[in-house]
Amino acid sequence: MRLHRRTLMAATLATFTLPGLAMAQDDTIKIGLLATFEGAFTVLGEDSERGAMVALSEAGGMAGGKKIEVIKGSSDASPDSAVRAARKLVEQDGVSILVGPLSGDEGIAVKNYALSQPDVTFINGSSAAQDTTFRDPAPNFFRFSTDGAQWMAGLGTYAYNEKGYQNVAVVAEDYSFPYTQVFGFMAEFCQAGGKVTSKSWVPIGNKDYSSVIAAIPDDVDAIYVALGGADAVNFLSQFQQAGGEAPLIGGSITVDQTVLTSKGRLKDVLIGTPAAGPIADTNDAPEWVAFVEAYKETDGAFPSPSLFAHAYYIGMKAAILALNEVDGDMSNPAAYRAALSALSFETPTGMVSLDENRNAIADMYLTEVTEDADGNLVNKLIQVTSQVNQTLGIDKEEFMALGAVSRENPSCE
Amino acid sequence: MTTEPFPDQAPARNDLIARIGAGHLALAAVLLVFPFVASDFFTTQIGAYSLIFGMLGLSLMWLAGYGGMVSLAQITIAGIAGYTVAIFGENSADVHGFGWPWWVLVPFAVLIAALASALVGWVSVRTSGIYTIMITLAVATAMFYFAQQNYTLFNGFPGFAGVKAPVVFGIDWRDPMPFYFLSLGVAILCYLAVLYASKSTFGLTLQATRDNQRRMRALGYDVTMHKVFAWFLAGIIAGLAGILLVWFNGRISPGTINVGAAINVLIITVIGGLRHPIGPFLGAVVVILMQTFAIDIVGAERFNTLIGLLFLVIVFVSPDGILGLWEKAKAHLAPGSLRSDI
Repeated sequence: MRLHRRTLMAATLATFTLPGLAMAQDDTIKIGLLATFEGAFTVLGEDSERGAMVALSEAGGMAGGKKIEVIKGSSDASPDSAVRAARKLVEQDGVSILVGPLSGDEGIAVKNYALSQPDVTFINGSSAAQDTTFRDPAPNFFRFSTDGAQWMAGLGTYAYNEKGYQNVAVVAEDYSFPYTQVFGFMAEFCQAGGKVTSKSWVPIGNKDYSSVIAAIPDDVDAIYVALGGADAVNFLSQFQQAGGEAPLIGGSITVDQTVLTSKGRLKDVLIGTPAAGPIADTNDAPEWVAFVEAYKETDGAFPSPSLFAHAYYIGMKAAILALNEVDGDMSNPAAYRAALSALSFETPTGMVSLDENRNAIADMYLTEVTEDADGNLVNKLIQVTSQVNQTLGIDKEEFMALGAVSRENPSCE
Repeated sequence: MTTEPFPDQAPARNDLIARIGAGHLALAAVLLVFPFVASDFFTTQIGAYSLIFGMLGLSLMWLAGYGGMVSLAQITIAGIAGYTVAIFGENSADVHGFGWPWWVLVPFAVLIAALASALVGWVSVRTSGIYTIMITLAVATAMFYFAQQNYTLFNGFPGFAGVKAPVVFGIDWRDPMPFYFLSLGVAILCYLAVLYASKSTFGLTLQATRDNQRRMRALGYDVTMHKVFAWFLAGIIAGLAGILLVWFNGRISPGTINVGAAINVLIITVIGGLRHPIGPFLGAVVVILMQTFAIDIVGAERFNTLIGLLFLVIVFVSPDGILGLWEKAKAHLAPGSLRSDI
């Protein structure tokens, strides 16, 4: 009996302590990959992993002469779960670089966590809230994927001048990323003379949009929709079933491949929808075409990579390029970060470099949804806005004075 | 984590060790040594986190095991305490944050949680069985959506960040070791309180009510008040857990109190076992370990399936959860010492 007990106790203790003692080998570098593998954004999370893996296989799984080991962490798009997953990757698995997270408030929460982990370098996945890098940035948090307001470059002006929409209603999810997108859209649209007369903020994971659809004023020229994943599909199919006729304007992830490839009669409402974002499906630049080919090799790939695959690709690519710069030596995080800050590299979507807040300056694409020869819905490239910075070309002080994005800010009724 | 039998129900009054129980002493030794041999991650993210969720399970076990009332609202009660700390204490969200000192804040948050719990209890005691589950699920869901969409009080989806544990006696109580011992101390207090309460007059009355409500009413007991008071006590435990949880995370948002979290607490309690207050803590350790490490075993796409399967197997093999498994294992380990401990 005594022996049994003691053995059991020893076994229990060993189980608890051993994983903590496991040391990394010298010839491997651990990179954490944090994305939403559960919850409403699962499909997006899985596509982001494909993007990261493309960057990794391009480099042959090696960087700076060392082997890269990717350890995955999962969140459900809530900030708490993202921090918990990040803690596990950093404190238990001992990653020296963490790529992620995927969505807006997760990014802000992980940035705050990054402040308490000065030895670890955080490279953003696709989270695109403005204040992840704009206000109180963390010195070890880098964003090569730009923010949601930058993604909107060109859209507001196009909607007002070319499409002739003067009066627009907004339907968007109720958290920091859609706030940022609406901010980016309205910055141009209101400047051009447009009015936004109604804003509906819906919770993530909302299923029933009938009351939202009913509340949209009849006299609007178009509806600006910034919803993602399952939320976008649910809204669009219910909008179509309700006989909605107002044309749509899309947020960056509303008319993304994760939505365009979903089953159902979304074509009727989606074709002709203008949108803007960091990618365009019909981009014929050779770098983009090569990226799409590499992407299609991965398991379960969409006909064209989503912007999540693209963002994680760029983040992982930057991590690898900077590792090459420092010859895989992670013993001095400051040197690695200097290498990251100085990066300026050619991506499938043009040159990317960082500003002093470690937020990317990159090209943005204005698109319109069309049907391609195979019957797939794709985003046709309309125009490229080159090298958009975080303040959208506005003077930094002036931009700061516009205030933090929120439900009420900006407003032009 | 325990490998020891549970204490006798009727210990010899004059023998201190027998009274405390050899099992408890050995368990206490393991828990005290644990943070010194484990990494910081295991001390806080597994150890302290399991203790916190064990306390939430304990508050449910108290209601369900002794009172026959299965509640899905325990995480909601904890969330109310957590939000109270974030709103009346300090946070970095620029919403409220009155900066009350901890020695006012903690009792206040516990009181609010206990009152909220009593209110939930008062609404739900008129129902029984599946209807109690449904009504508490409704409370939990309503509270989640309310917190998510209300910006004036709860700051909506992002919730509150920058909530810090107090620095008392020069110790930052959120550092790994102090936080572990803080959680351990509070958990032990709650555990002993439940053990004591279950044998008190009130606890026995509550159990009698669980077994035959109509007879207790006929005997002249105010059944409703007894149950509501049991909810109030459960609220104190859940409230303490909620305060620790918000200090642990440094933040609170609707994601902390969503339906998934509510069901998590139920799973922890069922997996652990409802027959003894130690059950929820065992369940918490198993569930937290699985939820943390399953992703390393099967990869990102199917780890929730693995977690679900394991829970299914435990409940299938032993309807009493891990406590039941332990009973079975004990018979194999020590054929000579088969006693009925519980």
